[in-house]
Amino acid sequence: MSAVADKYPQLQALGVEVLSVSVDSHFVHKMWNDNELTKMVDGGVPFHMVSDQAGNIGRAYGVYDETMGIEMRGRFIIDPDGVVQAMEVLTPPVGRMFAETVRQVQAFQLVRASKGAEATPAGWQPGQATLKPGPDLVGNVWKVWNPKMEK
Amino acid sequence: MADEPKGCARVTGSVVGESPPAAPASPVPETRKETAVTARVGQKAPDFQAPAYFKGGFTNVKLSDYLGKWTLLCFYPGDFTFV
Repeated sequence: MSAVADKYPQLQALGVEVLSVSVDSHFVHKMWNDNELTKMVDGGVPFHMVSDQAGNIGRAYGVYDETMGIEMRGRFIIDPDGVVQAMEVLTPPVGRMFAETVRQVQAFQLVRASKGAEATPAGWQPGQATLKPGPDLVGNVWKVWNPKMEK
Repeated sequence: MADEPKGCARVTGSVVGESPPAAPASPVPETRKETAVTARVGQKAPDFQAPAYFKGGFTNVKLSDYLGKWTLLCFYPGDFTFV
């Protein structure tokens, strides 16, 4: 969570808002922010820390664990129409890679801006060539992309 | 004595001498039915509203207030955990 808070300016630059959610109360969120996260992130957490004590939001997103009473690490990219474009769910001991979230946001933003005329191949990074799906690309992907291009 | 809890999972209490709960208690409460949708890629994100903490104050967040913007929704196991 502090990783996202620390790199929040990168997301803001892309026009992305952030909401974090856990089963802790908003009072506990305040204590965690004030007593620990402010020591890791200048100014503390810059986005709304949502409280889902009954797990209802987590259930709706398929990340609530009934036995442990917690929410798995779930990251959802939601587009301006309110449509879920990407999700990644991990069990608690492994953290996410922030850079991959940014890469996916940039890819989805590019696809949206092109109104679906462009797609991004595996391993695509901003600035690299995209694919233009259409009759001419069928059977010809090898001419513009190959797996070795992924860094 | 039982082993000390380890790792990142938030430990919860359980009743001694009973098998772990097989399923959540039924009947399912009314409020839960409304949220029984599960998010899927390519589908509308389930809307919700909930209390939140934001920069020194308490707020009420509604996901649909963020329509028109890209939104990153991040769930995590709990405050004061280690990862």
